[in-house]
Amino acid sequence: MLELALKGSKRYWMWISFLLVLIGIGSLAYVNQLMVGLETTGMGRDVSWGFYISQFTYLVGLAASGVMIVLPNYFHNYKKNKHMVIFGEFMAIAACIMCMLFIAVDVGQPTRMLNVMLHPTPNSILFWDMTVLVGYLVLNLLVGWTCLMADRANLPHPKWLKPFIYTSIIWAFSIHTVTAFLYQGLPGRHYWLTAILAARFLASAFCSGPAILLLVLKITERFTTFQMPKDAVKTLVKIIMYAMCVNMFFFMLEIFTSFYSNMPGHMNPILYLFAGEHGHNELVPYMWTFIVLAFLSIAFLVTPQLRENHKLLPWTLVILVIATWLDKGLGLVIGGFTPTPFETITTYWPTGKELLVSMMVYAIGALVVTVLFKIATDVKEEMGHSQALPCGCSSEDVCECAPEGE
Amino acid sequence: MKNNRRTFIKLAGIAAAGLAVAPKAMASGSAAPVKTNPEAVHAEHWAMVIDTTKLHTEEEIAELAGICHSIHNVPNIEGKKEVKWLWADEYGHTFPEQENPHLSEEVHHRSFPLLCNHCENPPCVRVCPTKATYKRPDGIVAMDYHRCIGCRYCMAGCPYGSRSFNWGEPRLHMDLAKLNPEFPTRMRGVVEKCNFCVERLAVGKMPACVEASHGAIVFGDLSDPDSDVRKVLREKFTIRRKPTAGTEPSVYYII
Repeated sequence: MLELALKGSKRYWMWISFLLVLIGIGSLAYVNQLMVGLETTGMGRDVSWGFYISQFTYLVGLAASGVMIVLPNYFHNYKKNKHMVIFGEFMAIAACIMCMLFIAVDVGQPTRMLNVMLHPTPNSILFWDMTVLVGYLVLNLLVGWTCLMADRANLPHPKWLKPFIYTSIIWAFSIHTVTAFLYQGLPGRHYWLTAILAARFLASAFCSGPAILLLVLKITERFTTFQMPKDAVKTLVKIIMYAMCVNMFFFMLEIFTSFYSNMPGHMNPILYLFAGEHGHNELVPYMWTFIVLAFLSIAFLVTPQLRENHKLLPWTLVILVIATWLDKGLGLVIGGFTPTPFETITTYWPTGKELLVSMMVYAIGALVVTVLFKIATDVKEEMGHSQALPCGCSSEDVCECAPEGE
Repeated sequence: MKNNRRTFIKLAGIAAAGLAVAPKAMASGSAAPVKTNPEAVHAEHWAMVIDTTKLHTEEEIAELAGICHSIHNVPNIEGKKEVKWLWADEYGHTFPEQENPHLSEEVHHRSFPLLCNHCENPPCVRVCPTKATYKRPDGIVAMDYHRCIGCRYCMAGCPYGSRSFNWGEPRLHMDLAKLNPEFPTRMRGVVEKCNFCVERLAVGKMPACVEASHGAIVFGDLSDPDSDVRKVLREKFTIRRKPTAGTEPSVYYII
């Protein structure tokens, strides 16, 4: 099936070349980082994890989120989205690869990375994080590829695959739980030391991940003959809405616990992020942007007319993605390190080189998504699954212009 | 050709036999050829008591830090990417949970020496994915700089900010003429920290800061009721940093 990725329009190759150029530029920055060390980054003794790890954390959510399409299909027999399952799985593959790359570019001695496997250390959550990420990648490659092959051959999905599919659904929850455990088990970091962190991670993943997936599929629709079934989109948007509401509810639980208890350790990081401390208020505008955008996206999502407005929906999703990224991608990691163990403030901001390396990883992810989605949409076109109809419906919809429309 | 196949099978047989025997042959080194220095000092649990009534000015602590950093080839870097094993900070930063607004002026203005606490339950050891940070049987939390992959999880795990990372090449920030050839320099991309001078204990010497402190720092075996450390702990009021973290530091402060 890989050969499908080698035949494409001029526009397809232009996009691939563009990504390769981005990867090339970013890898120059990475080679520089390899030569001189992580001193090219804005991190320091006090804020020792930065942009790389926060991108990793955010993308684990994207990897886990595919399950919000897979689960209704297999556990609830919701078949309207059966032709979208493959995209959730392929997105998870790209996200897993990006996660691993973000960890790889963050370590000081990448040549020694195999030490994690050569000296397995079960007491370290990082060991488990590697295990679940690799496992999830393998599961999705296996399930996604096998299903698509079967589709292409016009065969039913093989029976032996079922256990792997059910495992992958449970596994999706585990990858984000373990990522949260990476943070929430540290005694000195008050912002992370909270039992609800894993739940918050999952809630945030299950709104932001499907939102990103929907946006990418909207773009896919523009360049291919693929069209998402309307009902499937409707259901997914509702899932996004509930997950975002739960996400913000969990966030408010954090606020209550910290401020009603009045414990300085728990209040300080939140005060630093939302009000600024000791004259440092670098993150305050971003964090309030997060709050405003989060509630704006909820307002758009819970109002049925606005939720079903297809012109507005992409913007709602963009707003939601920005809000969740500010919360989890920016505030979470920095808030965990500030205030420092000495109750002082050290500011952190990524450097240009750090951003270039991150661009490289994102471009690699986009390349993987492009290639995999190209293959999937080509197969769907061959098979006539979920194809766009002149009236804007999908061939899976019950619609007037559909061939067998009722 | 036939000959070749025969030789190959023969060689393969020998190789297989070798593989079967090799692990045993290598494991027979239980009597390691390494001899312990007869002068080495031993303890069941090394601990340190710092008398901050005697040692509390920034200059005094800087002097100890200077000695520590020079014998351990710690690079001298300014700013947020600094590397430090021993340093000074004020009361509120050292004991953030144990401060009050009416603290004695004198204590409030003291400087306190900070270093790795060599905890009994070290979070850095718990989180390290490669066992590069490990706890020795004598309670010292040690680092294997060659095992460290530089993930900096231990830095996130340490509630005391006692660890430093080599963001760049540390040797560029050292006076190469004054290197201590008896202690290795580090490479970029690894974490480092105070090691309670394990290399000095191994040859029967006390840690460098203890030796230079004119009696303000007592070092000894916490599990021996007759040790100097236990004697001081019995007689004086002492506190440890961040008791709520549950790490049980082995560094005690007389206030």
